[in-house]
Amino acid sequence: MKNKEHVAMLLAGGQGTRLKSLTKEVAKPAVFFGGKYRIIDFPLSNCTNSGINTVGVLTQYEPHILNDYIGIGSAWDLDRKYGGVSFLPPYMQSEGGDWYKGTADAIYRNLKFLDQYNPEHVLILSGDHIYKMDYARMLDYHKSTEADCTISVIEVPWNEASRFGIMITNKLGKIIDFEEKPKFPKSNLASMGVYIFRYDVLRKYLIEDALKKDSSHDFGKDIIPKILHDEKHLMAYTFDGYWKDVGTVESLWKANMDLLKEDAELELNDHMWRIYSNNPNHTPQYIASSADVQGSLVSDGCRIYGTVDRSVIFYNSHIQKGSLIRESVIMPNVHIGENVKIFRSIIMEGSVIEDNAVIGDPTSNSEITLYEDKGNVMSSRYTTMMK
Amino acid sequence: MNRIAGIINLDQEQDFLDELTYFRCGAAVPYAGHYRMIDFTISNMVHSSIESIAIFTRRKYRSLLDHLEQGKAWDLDRQRGGLFILPPDWNDPTDISRGDLKHFHNNMDYINRVQADYILVTGAQNICNINFQDVLAEHKASKADVTVIYKKVCELYPEHHLASKLTINKQNNRVTAIHNDPKSQDIYMNMYLVKKSYLYALIEECIARGHTNLFADAIKANVEDIHIHAYEYKGVHSLINSVESYYRNSTKLLNEIEHDALFNEDSPIYTKVKDEAPTKFLPNSKVKNTIVANGCVIEGQVEGSILFRGVKVGKGSTIRNSIIMQRCEIDSGVVLENVIIDKDCKINSGRMLIGAKEKPFVVAKRKIM
Repeated sequence: MKNKEHVAMLLAGGQGTRLKSLTKEVAKPAVFFGGKYRIIDFPLSNCTNSGINTVGVLTQYEPHILNDYIGIGSAWDLDRKYGGVSFLPPYMQSEGGDWYKGTADAIYRNLKFLDQYNPEHVLILSGDHIYKMDYARMLDYHKSTEADCTISVIEVPWNEASRFGIMITNKLGKIIDFEEKPKFPKSNLASMGVYIFRYDVLRKYLIEDALKKDSSHDFGKDIIPKILHDEKHLMAYTFDGYWKDVGTVESLWKANMDLLKEDAELELNDHMWRIYSNNPNHTPQYIASSADVQGSLVSDGCRIYGTVDRSVIFYNSHIQKGSLIRESVIMPNVHIGENVKIFRSIIMEGSVIEDNAVIGDPTSNSEITLYEDKGNVMSSRYTTMMK
Repeated sequence: MNRIAGIINLDQEQDFLDELTYFRCGAAVPYAGHYRMIDFTISNMVHSSIESIAIFTRRKYRSLLDHLEQGKAWDLDRQRGGLFILPPDWNDPTDISRGDLKHFHNNMDYINRVQADYILVTGAQNICNINFQDVLAEHKASKADVTVIYKKVCELYPEHHLASKLTINKQNNRVTAIHNDPKSQDIYMNMYLVKKSYLYALIEECIARGHTNLFADAIKANVEDIHIHAYEYKGVHSLINSVESYYRNSTKLLNEIEHDALFNEDSPIYTKVKDEAPTKFLPNSKVKNTIVANGCVIEGQVEGSILFRGVKVGKGSTIRNSIIMQRCEIDSGVVLENVIIDKDCKINSGRMLIGAKEKPFVVAKRKIM
């Protein structure tokens, strides 16, 4: 078969511990977002919309939902005769096997997968970021600058720069230095975890890194610094658009709330750049005479009899009479009884809320409550402490 | 063996919904927020273990083909069996068949090859949630030649005038006459089940005699000579054969009991699901008693209505008792009442369109007003 010009490798094995019970049973890329999506829909849809039809999905932590959800990739048009979507979990070899020890190790152990396509360029993507990005443009930039590696960067506010991996570039966009979470950042260009490598370069560095005993086998910590040290040609590609790494309960809640603005930065209703998802079959939603829905997103299969104010309601959720949902995220298949009050909360999938329950704290800037199935209330205060 | 194959014969169902069927056949008309009329018949068949379905279509089938594709939404994209859309490609020089027999004659290969012992022949105007395996069980027990399915309606509406009615012997549920008596409440649902070999014989007979309608000439006309069993369907039922019946039966779904009986969880109605975003309700929107599909952006007031996918309702607009189909844009300050607006229409600011409850005002596809 003909070689593929480019192949994407999507890292989807992350646990996302700071999302607590949201990722107790699913990997972070499978976490729900935006009324009907899972986070991984964004990078997968970006691939499809960018004309990338070969995607390796590297799974490790709790892969069942992802396996089932992605299937053969038909929802993203990735069910292809040659290429398409492939799951790449850790596996055994004649000399034994092990878990993926880092992002670089995960790719290294799937060089066989890449070799069969022998691509010119490999995109390394993260399965847990929310953004709409045309990888084809970045690829064009990567090719036109003849870079060995191109790293996508986004300008972040200076006071937040110390939370990210920061790229220092010269006037031409060439990366001259890299600092992981610097105390005193010299630039505000943060790495988005989107890399394009020339495959021959990537292959060489991964093999070298795999032999190093003291390496953590991580792109940000090991591979990029080494390539930089060897004075290879590294370019920064500046992305301007909405990009979010929803690492905590608060940031996930906030990213959902961002969608409710009249001119939301992340437009989901964009027919030129559709976000595809594995759509369940539901009836359209029903808004009853007793309902009052304002400034909210509501999905198929919902039945609303109560009041919904500035909230995101996922599919097939029922909200009974007299209940009030404010500034909250209700995940799929939730049943909310009568006269319930929910403020500033995330209600997890399949929860059943009894009549007259009160969840969350209505005061502004209060902690976001994560309401887990079976009635365990966990405050995100613990998350803050864990950080 | 209890294998049933389905034939959905759309030959007689072409232009009955005025503007809504200008560009598409009745089976492809959007219904209930994000379905098409044919979704109900196909889903019922699929839930009855019917894995091979042929669709006889004569005209205006572009929209139908677009909707059905390979049948993936109904799990009908199969290696064996699945969905067979059979448009009129009739070039047999020895063909002497007429009327709807032309479909049967020219698609004899389908009937011959399909792995089934029984054939269910239906239309797509009867919206219901029925299990055809139950019909088969009764058909076999009755030892009938043909089993026809009917609904005993409590109240007669104008749409029922056009349907055939049955006279049934209450002792053995045998059909003694098929007619159009306007007072009869036993409405034939245009669905019959028959052994494949028997259907084959009926078709041969009809063609040889130059008949034009398989049901009318082979079954209805021979009611005394063949054993016709009547199966009573007891669930929710809507017969849609006019704009008026389309409108009344659509809005009936705003009633929760009616809605849940049609869309029950055990046998859900499947349709081609589109990748639309969740619906966005902007601040100060006021939506009451309304069915809303995904992808809408609502800023105005909507009551007693059905909004299909991707409808935009501008600020200060009021929509009452109306059906607004896919991707319509309703500007600001528009008033709509008792109207049906077909896909891709644009209603400019300040317009007022008011139809009568008994005769809704219909706006054809892609109109700008």
